[in-house]
Amino acid sequence: MSRVEVEKKVLNENQILAEQLRERYRQGGILCVNLISAPGSGKTLLLEKTLERMDKGMRVAVLTGDLQTENDAQRLAKFGFPVKQIVTGGTCHLDARMVEKHLADWNLEDLDLLIVENVGNLVCPSSYDLGEDAKIVLLSTTEGEDKPLKYPSIFFKSELMILTKIDLLPYVPFKAEAAKENARRVHPQMEILDVSSTTGEGLDAWMTWLTARQRKAKEKPKLVSA
Amino acid sequence: MQSAARRNPGARITKVGVRVGELAGIDVDALQFGFECLVKDTEWEPLVLEVESVPRRQRCPKCGNEFRMTDYDPQCPKCGEFATHCISGEELDIAFMEVDE
Repeated sequence: MSRVEVEKKVLNENQILAEQLRERYRQGGILCVNLISAPGSGKTLLLEKTLERMDKGMRVAVLTGDLQTENDAQRLAKFGFPVKQIVTGGTCHLDARMVEKHLADWNLEDLDLLIVENVGNLVCPSSYDLGEDAKIVLLSTTEGEDKPLKYPSIFFKSELMILTKIDLLPYVPFKAEAAKENARRVHPQMEILDVSSTTGEGLDAWMTWLTARQRKAKEKPKLVSA
Repeated sequence: MQSAARRNPGARITKVGVRVGELAGIDVDALQFGFECLVKDTEWEPLVLEVESVPRRQRCPKCGNEFRMTDYDPQCPKCGEFATHCISGEELDIAFMEVDE
């Protein structure tokens, strides 16, 4: 019997594609964010409010993933920005190839911001790099405040956590401070924003975060990475 | 595995070793179950999957200490620094195979 060393990363092919996408975004000065949460945490509603408030001079495109239906793309298309639905047919996450394929008819040079709304799931999307600049995780006040501890991987990998549905805080047992404490235990440097897409509270801070990050992506020197 | 088998005609792969980090999002029992289903009634049978779990380890940028992170507590046990960096625990690798020649 002999032992053969293999040392191959299981997600290597995805990683290679993701790095290619990242390089294309970098060269185009595009900010790409990957929105991740459990189903029903408010990704699509937050996106609707985001597109509604978006400066019309900002060239935004949205890719939205779901197992079935074009519903989200229809909800988001009414704001006049290009939107494409990725129907995964049952797959519980987006991978870099799906993103690449759905970007094919868009000219990346015409974009400033690409928002990817992942499939509602806190587990698998955390393992798949889509070439994004930042993963953003949403946690809503109708979930458990221990979710960052139960699903640490996605909270660890996200740059920003958006606490959604804060208008419901007076009516639900959710303890916002405990949730944030749990999130910071998993990821001490993570930024956290409180938002209610329904009342609009906190949306200004979110828009400021997004446009500041976009400006940063635009300013990056367009050098070919070593 | 197939390409390894093609490179070594006549050899029989008896074991596959994978390395799974604590943060990889992999349930080892589910992986074992899926692997058994995949191999069942194929020419690969009997084939064993060996899983090596990799704990989450952190490095402190201040004092250079490396430590096993437990209970999501990133604080450096040596100097008390909080902003320590993850250095392992995200692995999902096919590490090795065992072959009967």
